[in-house]
Amino acid sequence: MTRHTLDARRLLCPMPVIRTQNKIKSLAPGDIVEVVCTDPGATNDIPAWCRMHGHAVIATETRSGEFIITVEVGKIAG
Amino acid sequence: MLARDTSNIPEHRQRHMATTRKAVALISGGLDSMLAARTMLEQGIHVEGINFFTGFCVEGHTHAIRAKDRARPKRNNALWAAEQLGIRLHIIDVIDEYKDVLTKPKHGYGANLNPCLDCKGFMVGKAYQWMTENGFDFVVTGEVIGQRPMSQRKDTMPVIARESGAGDLLLRPLSAKLLPPTRPEREGWVDRDKLFDFNGRNRKPQMALAAAHGITDYAQPAGGCCFLTDATYARKLTDLWQVRGSKEYELDDIMLLKVGRHLRPRPHFKLIIGREEGENNFLEGYRRQFTCLRPISHHGPLALLDGTADESDLQLAARVTARFSQGRNAALVQVDVVHQGVTTRLDVQPFAEDEIPHEWYI
Ligand code: SF4
Repeated sequence: MTRHTLDARRLLCPMPVIRTQNKIKSLAPGDIVEVVCTDPGATNDIPAWCRMHGHAVIATETRSGEFIITVEVGKIAG
Repeated sequence: MLARDTSNIPEHRQRHMATTRKAVALISGGLDSMLAARTMLEQGIHVEGINFFTGFCVEGHTHAIRAKDRARPKRNNALWAAEQLGIRLHIIDVIDEYKDVLTKPKHGYGANLNPCLDCKGFMVGKAYQWMTENGFDFVVTGEVIGQRPMSQRKDTMPVIARESGAGDLLLRPLSAKLLPPTRPEREGWVDRDKLFDFNGRNRKPQMALAAAHGITDYAQPAGGCCFLTDATYARKLTDLWQVRGSKEYELDDIMLLKVGRHLRPRPHFKLIIGREEGENNFLEGYRRQFTCLRPISHHGPLALLDGTADESDLQLAARVTARFSQGRNAALVQVDVVHQGVTTRLDVQPFAEDEIPHEWYI
């Protein structure tokens, strides 16, 4: 299991979702990726995308105007 | 979520599902694409959605930017639609490839800068490519004959099928009965009898089908699925291209066209002036790439200056910016001008409303 960070700050939806999707393609099941975003829409869209692709959102935090969404990569990649 | 209840699928279809056929469906987030995908699911087809981000999509952006819209639920319509359908959605960034579609459309533009026919051909082509790379069998769209004047006509349907390369692996379930049978129909992967013959701009059949499937909440884009159908947006993009002398753009350019008031007081520069707090914050993110103006003595907007400006131009830009501040009726407004990290403070007289010529507004 490895930890990764994805900087999706200043990107507007759906770019944070696209970046998350592309990042996850290169990861293995069980890996963790922390997506840092500034578009509040990403807090809905990234979890929705994760639900349909079998990845788990294990935490969502807000830190000084930034949203950090932590995703654990599921078994089905893509 | 992906498991299907097959109990109401006839036996012959269930047998057929031993080799479940797979369709990739273009999902815009609107009702038609939802219904097309749903129709395929009903026939036991494995469906996954695909959605293309061109940079011009009317999608959360303005909502995310404008503070007054922050209370509204923010969601990507395509993702939301896919989740309602219980299918996976793949969102593909086509920003760079789309430039050719927009700047050199073989079939020209619609009412504004929308190259709908080329755009559809391009998207179906990308979906077809995805289909081959991922071992899927056919492509599905929610196109309806006669629905849109440019891209969804009986005579343009074969053009899209041909130019995309998808040919008869492109199925439009909502109008299929009005079109020649496609391979999925001929081979019995789908049952043509259970497809539809929707035609024209009347939305009643779609609404009835939606109701039958219990679909009550869906996005209803007014003009089309993207900003290119919007007259004001098209004007700003035309202005950008004219000034550059070529039809070039980057994602930042086209994002900025969605935000603020755009005024061009001189041919060599324009001002992008935030209309409210959310827009000011968004523009703030670009302060290092542009000369940036901000009223100091009074509350007011952030303005970006795009182009080149000498001292008298900066004075003029500051007076315009002051006009949109709370000091609009004051004798003098102090405006900070930040250019390449150097701040100059100017005391300027705000323009009166009638001093700003109408032609400056893009
Ligand atoms: S409205 Fe925009 S996205 Fe939709 S087909 Fe036309 S150009 Fe393409």
